[in-house]
Amino acid sequence: MLSISDKLLQEIMHHAEFHYPEEGAGLLLGQFRGDFRTAVQLLPLKNQVQASSRHNRYRIEPEDMIRAELKAEELGLDIIGVFHSHPNHPAVPSEFDRERALPWYSYVITQIDGTGALESRSWRLSDDRQFLEEEIFIQSSEVL
Amino acid sequence: MNLLTIPTPLRPYTEGQKDVLVEGETVGMILKDLAKRYPNLYQHLFDKNGDLRPYVNIFINQEDIRTHDGENTIVTEGDRLMIVPSIAGGLRLE
Repeated sequence: MLSISDKLLQEIMHHAEFHYPEEGAGLLLGQFRGDFRTAVQLLPLKNQVQASSRHNRYRIEPEDMIRAELKAEELGLDIIGVFHSHPNHPAVPSEFDRERALPWYSYVITQIDGTGALESRSWRLSDDRQFLEEEIFIQSSEVL
Repeated sequence: MNLLTIPTPLRPYTEGQKDVLVEGETVGMILKDLAKRYPNLYQHLFDKNGDLRPYVNIFINQEDIRTHDGENTIVTEGDRLMIVPSIAGGLRLE
């Protein structure tokens, strides 16, 4: 299960809207115990794919990952997942997403169209490399 | 001995350890030794030909080993090693 505050979830949606009609991407920093992970902070990153392909692809370079690892270490957190948007398509992983996915990470996908971000869903890769939907527990920022 | 940082997705294969003490003269020797100690990690680091998987990047003191001598890069005492995954995906419909 991925626990995330409504505020962070809104930030993910705003990030998708800012980058529409291109795909936006970033990392989730947080804490985990077993399969229960809590997002604490977002790390929005530049989509490093060439401009002509950003409407349907995203890439985070290892140099950004290493900076993210160090940032997470500084904050006492870990990289627990990846978020990206699907412009004009459902918040469901594509075959391209599946082929390139790593185990363990929570992959939060946000569906977005011209009216704005519609919904975000989280997915995790199983041992046989199939995506399974992960429950999102939304915490109200008011009680945090 | 050197510290090798394992990214979160691969920690289940190193008994949950974030930093592993490793020994070897080159990056390649260190990785083979690591995979020998944690056999379930091997398939996630190397392909069937024994080459590093494309999404696996090894950094030494925050520099990609591909900018040095790849797996033949010499490691000296105190060098900090990190396994860094590449992240990619998207719709890619056409």
